[in-house]
Amino acid sequence: MRRIISVLLENEPGALSRVVGLFSQRNYNIETLTVAPTEDETLSRLTVTTTGSDRVIEQITKQLNKLVEVVKLVDLTEGPHIERELMLIKLKATGSQRAEIKRTVDIFRGQIVDVTSSVYTVQLAGASDKLDGFVQAIGTSGVLEVVRSGVSGIARGEKVLSL
Amino acid sequence: MELLSGADMLIRSLKDQGVEYIYGYPGGAALHIYDALFRQDEVKHILVRHEQAAVHMADGYARATGLPGTVLVTSGPGATNTITGIATAFMDSIPMVVLCGQVASTLIGEDAFQETDMMGVSRPVVKHNLSVRHPSEIPEIIRKAYYIASTGRPGPVVVDIPKDMTAPNERFEYAYPKKIKLRSYSPAIRGHAGQIKKAVDMMLAARRPIIYAGGGVILGKASGQLTELVRKLGYPVTNTLMGIGCYPASDKQHLGWLGMHGTYEANMAMHHSDLILAVGARFDDRVTNATEKFCPGARIIHIDIDPASISKTIDADVPIVGPVDAVLKEMLALVKDSKEKPDAEALASWWKQIDEWRAFHGMRYETSPDVIKPQEVIEMLHRLTNGDAFVTSDVGQHQMFAAQYYKFDKPNRWINSGGLGTMGFGLPAAMGIKLTHPDDEVLCITGEGSIQMNIQELSTCNQYELPVKIINLNNQSLGMVRQWQDMNYESRHSHSYMESLPDFIKLAEAYGHVGVRIDKKEDLEPKLKEVLAMKDKLVFVDIQVDRFEHVYPMQVARGCMKDMWLSKTERV
Ligand SMILES: Cc1ncc(C[n+]2csc(CCOP(=O)(O)OP(=O)(O)O)c2C)c(N)n1
Ligand SMILES: [Mg+2]
Repeated sequence: MRRIISVLLENEPGALSRVVGLFSQRNYNIETLTVAPTEDETLSRLTVTTTGSDRVIEQITKQLNKLVEVVKLVDLTEGPHIERELMLIKLKATGSQRAEIKRTVDIFRGQIVDVTSSVYTVQLAGASDKLDGFVQAIGTSGVLEVVRSGVSGIARGEKVLSL
Repeated sequence: MELLSGADMLIRSLKDQGVEYIYGYPGGAALHIYDALFRQDEVKHILVRHEQAAVHMADGYARATGLPGTVLVTSGPGATNTITGIATAFMDSIPMVVLCGQVASTLIGEDAFQETDMMGVSRPVVKHNLSVRHPSEIPEIIRKAYYIASTGRPGPVVVDIPKDMTAPNERFEYAYPKKIKLRSYSPAIRGHAGQIKKAVDMMLAARRPIIYAGGGVILGKASGQLTELVRKLGYPVTNTLMGIGCYPASDKQHLGWLGMHGTYEANMAMHHSDLILAVGARFDDRVTNATEKFCPGARIIHIDIDPASISKTIDADVPIVGPVDAVLKEMLALVKDSKEKPDAEALASWWKQIDEWRAFHGMRYETSPDVIKPQEVIEMLHRLTNGDAFVTSDVGQHQMFAAQYYKFDKPNRWINSGGLGTMGFGLPAAMGIKLTHPDDEVLCITGEGSIQMNIQELSTCNQYELPVKIINLNNQSLGMVRQWQDMNYESRHSHSYMESLPDFIKLAEAYGHVGVRIDKKEDLEPKLKEVLAMKDKLVFVDIQVDRFEHVYPMQVARGCMKDMWLSKTERV
């Protein structure tokens, strides 16, 4: 099953490589990975999406917790949560394609953030499957370049991941 | 406050940490540190002949004393030479701090002379590593390193020290931190009371219980609690290769050790049990055999300080995360207070069954009128040293024979590389022990293959007068490899023979030691007695043993615990 694991990590050099190293060393797979400092500059927040059996996921969270620089972590998929990913996508946009793309972007609540005579650059945020849906709707033949941020997530309601 | 240079702070921190010995080898990036060492005499340094040996020495010391070992090496090749030693300690959870020189911080990343990214290279085989970014951080980093290495599930910690951090001309205020607290690291200090209660209820209701103890009992200094609990319950106990000595081997309730080369009775009892209490053991593949066939009728209670060891390969029914000594103590109190008692009748018939298994095999082996059997050498050594020696070993058949036939009644006496299986471990480990236990007998049981992996340390033994006894069970082959080739490759002995062996007697003598060769069975006892009587000498005993012997029992690959070969021809 797909999981979103969110980690508070000491914001220190080498800490990220330990997390990444752990995944390859123990043969766990990483689908997406995002990391950035938090409002407390001594901490980074790292979000990783992965898949595996319950036993593997249990091992992943335990092994992550064992890393000395991991302060706290939560498997967001265990409860209600919000998941967002940002996509910037460059599309071939000429002639009648331009109106068509605009319509699709509106349906998906994206924005065209840059325009040339033949190219639209679109920004779209949402759950990963929504981004997949957009690419599918556009059709891969029109896609020039895609960049995705990887998933960020947060629990719904009062629950917070903090010190 | 005192003002000290980074190098002086480092050595002072070691002293304030209580470090008595460090094992190491100098080089460019570590020279400021070596100069600081020279200018004091409280922290003693042992100069090895290869950095790998320094790590194994520190490791042997740590295994025998329970205290963290300390290593000091230079950058680049000095640091990379420690990796096998660090990986060995990591696999067996041995507390240790490895201090590595590094090129100056201004040069890092420029492929400077003797630059290796030791933080990166060591990362997969350390509990943690730390890099010094300012000299004033040194006392705190050292404190942190020892704290992390020796608490929770112990392990090696590497400290990377760029040369400019130890420069003599810059001085800083020195104070060694008394306490350390890390917000991201807090090992459990006791087990969950509810889980412990549940476990005790299950234990008292079991009909065919067995206690399976591992190296964690030794590391957690819990042999006393384990022994008391086992005796109180009257249950059978087995242990892993790493757990040898955690419960007295000569005791009636002890079934010997389990797993690939474990005893028939231990493996049979595990397979047929209805309850396993696993204490500080990690259900390693050398124990479980095929996990899907593992002990089908058993419910499992698993105590471990490391949550990641629980339900990793075998699911636990009752997981208990905590230090084994504290958890066992609570269990014992509950057992004593409980109105429930173990079912005497069920237990009696369980013991009857176990005694039958015991009688069936009993670790028998065939003797010969003229050829020396490796097993009889070990049995004789056990007798001649009253079972009281520290025994280190290398890796191979000799290791298994030593573990099987030397009966250890105390913890911390059997010293081997169980997890990584590192040939070359035995001699330096023995040296680390002898240095701090000069009055104890220290035997290194080795093979002609393994001993040659760190043979250069005979020179270190000469320099520091370390009279260990090296028992070379010389079968003129990489015996364990050959055994597998006999069993799985129709005896095609691809590169498992040892041609052109050195004359070990002359070799020992060249390094200033005594060499003794034993090739006749009738000489074995008198010569071993002579050897053991030479208290102040390192003696290299080269014993020509049966070249064709195999280690049994041996579990059948991919079978369950009870599928074993008991000799070359008997399979159960
Ligand atoms: C460094 C290292 N290389 C290779 C091996 C694989 N190996 C395991 S046992 C063994 C043979 C050891 O021969 P010897 O020391 O003579 O012991 P014997 O089995 O003959 O008693 C080998 C090569 C190992 N364990 N360690
Ligand atoms: Mg050999």
